[in-house]
Amino acid sequence: MLFIRRVEEEIAIRYHEQQIRCPTHLSIGQEAVPAALAEIALPTDYAVSTHRGHAHYLGKGGNLRSMVAELYGKVTGCSRGKGGSMHLIDPSVGFMGTSAIVGNSIPIGVGLGMASKVLNEDRVSFVFFGEGATEEGVFFESLNLAAVRQLPVVFICENNLYSVYSPLSVRQPQGRRITGVTLAMGVASTSVEDLDVEEVHRVMSVAVERARKGLGPQFIEVFTYRYLEHCGPNPDDDLGYRLREEVAKWRERDPIARSIAALEESHSEWRDWLTAEENTIRRDIASAFDFAIASPFPEPVEAFQGEYSERS
Amino acid sequence: MSSRVRSFTEAIREAHFELMSTDRSVICYGLGVTDPKAIFGTTTGLLDAFGSERVFDVPTSEAALTGAAIGAALGGLRPIVSHQRLDFFLLAMDQLVNGAAKWHYMFGSQTPVPITIRLIVGRGWGQGPTHSQNLHAWFAHIPGLKVVMPTSPADAKGLLISSVRDPNPTVFIEHRWLHQSVGEVIDGDYEVPLGVGALVEEGEDISIVASSIMTTEALRATRVLRSYGVSCDLIDLRTVRPIDWKIIERSVEKTGRLIAVDSGYRTGSIASEIVSRIVQQSYLKLRCPPRVVAMPDIPEPTSFGLTKHFHVGAPDIANAVVEMCDRKGDSTMFFESTVAHDVPDSWFKGPF
Repeated sequence: MLFIRRVEEEIAIRYHEQQIRCPTHLSIGQEAVPAALAEIALPTDYAVSTHRGHAHYLGKGGNLRSMVAELYGKVTGCSRGKGGSMHLIDPSVGFMGTSAIVGNSIPIGVGLGMASKVLNEDRVSFVFFGEGATEEGVFFESLNLAAVRQLPVVFICENNLYSVYSPLSVRQPQGRRITGVTLAMGVASTSVEDLDVEEVHRVMSVAVERARKGLGPQFIEVFTYRYLEHCGPNPDDDLGYRLREEVAKWRERDPIARSIAALEESHSEWRDWLTAEENTIRRDIASAFDFAIASPFPEPVEAFQGEYSERS
Repeated sequence: MSSRVRSFTEAIREAHFELMSTDRSVICYGLGVTDPKAIFGTTTGLLDAFGSERVFDVPTSEAALTGAAIGAALGGLRPIVSHQRLDFFLLAMDQLVNGAAKWHYMFGSQTPVPITIRLIVGRGWGQGPTHSQNLHAWFAHIPGLKVVMPTSPADAKGLLISSVRDPNPTVFIEHRWLHQSVGEVIDGDYEVPLGVGALVEEGEDISIVASSIMTTEALRATRVLRSYGVSCDLIDLRTVRPIDWKIIERSVEKTGRLIAVDSGYRTGSIASEIVSRIVQQSYLKLRCPPRVVAMPDIPEPTSFGLTKHFHVGAPDIANAVVEMCDRKGDSTMFFESTVAHDVPDSWFKGPF
């Protein structure tokens, strides 16, 4: 969690230098899910995500240097500068891409599960999306398809309560739960209300185990909160679309702060451990940014290459 | 190599058999693939031959089916996804345009997306505004896609085999009125390359560029045009993205006249693109202004009474050619037929 947060904090700081020139959606505050992913997913498992996908990429084991270089549009980027922050990929760890279109990657994750099943491979497909995507038609189509064909897919909805500035209250009827809908569709569903990394880990482990056993698709909703603006490096609570009390409440439940508090209780040497961790993380991040900044842009001619894959 | 006469439908079905028996990663799904009608008979027998993990019927979910094909392809499969009407597939445009067409380019050429989407275009028998659209120009507008439109049974088989073996997303458009057409088809496994047009007829006076159903209309026109002393180069594009520009340029260089024929709406059509490109590139070689013969910019109506003079076809092509080649007379009478205008032939009794 700390690693993912520090990476995104560094992106937020560097963004002001005008060298990261692409829309960038940070998920600071939402680290519990990708941290659990890092513990649970096998490198052979698949994952797809969204425009807010840095954390899932890193949680799945995606290469940090390639990601940062991609944000800078460099040839060493994970998509050779053709994707940017919203289009991250690292096939070497099964992270098969992110989409900037809400809901777009959900059926792609289902298809990865289909491949795993048809080819009789032991791969679970993780599909990450926000609660806004659950308002898209393709979400329902995808869950239904995964359910009817009993595919090894784990759908993970991070409900951060806002679609850009639009609150849940204008988007979904009061009192209706997303898990109520998904359960009715025949998909085993669990909701995590309390943003605690241990709890997220527990629920995700159960779901992944079930999917791996061939018990069909699983759905998990985790209530979470993004601290910064929808897109960009700044806080935006001056706009007044979120109540100050609500922000404060979620900040109090910060998953990292809570984990550190738990650490304080259980480990006497926690301070030394944390300092060492922070130092390692900072060194890795600094090195990744140095690498990205020092890397060249792709040759301009590359813009016109790669429309098609050549038949081998 | 041995061959025999087969229908377009049989050719498509055989292509599936060749593909699935030579490559275990090929799967085939779509609404009705395993039902008694089996997508107009094009997928009959596949389930028995290859099993329900590789051949299956699906929910009515065009978007998810397309996205799932992308994912399946990323995971090592080669899906063939069939839709009984092109119009139904429009719900999946996001998956096709933002997903399938982009995944290879957008992620720096690491991830081929070998999927084939079969779309069938309807016409006549009151198919009306939403069951008969020829929107190939939409697909052809999108970088990253290949768009294939076979005319003959032989090409249908060879092009489908190539489409599935191609590492890119391919939209494979079949005109429903061609399904019962017959022609000599080679036995076994063979490919017809994508992006290569065919010279269906060779002549001196004019180049006719067409595709799919319009190639058959143009072929009818060329036979009548012989009696006017006009001989035609007839080019069947076969693939409308990428377009085989060389074959068109070579032909126009020889004939100095160009007519582009399209089953789609005129505005923004492939035919317009062909005329535009050839005018810019070969203006000085042209002996007269080129022409487009395409569908009117209006939805296809339903009523038998409204469709009689709605579609362009062989007479329109022939009359345009007659004028362009400085001949005289209306050729329409040569095309009079006892078959009703809203069916492909007398075998067709409706409803699809």
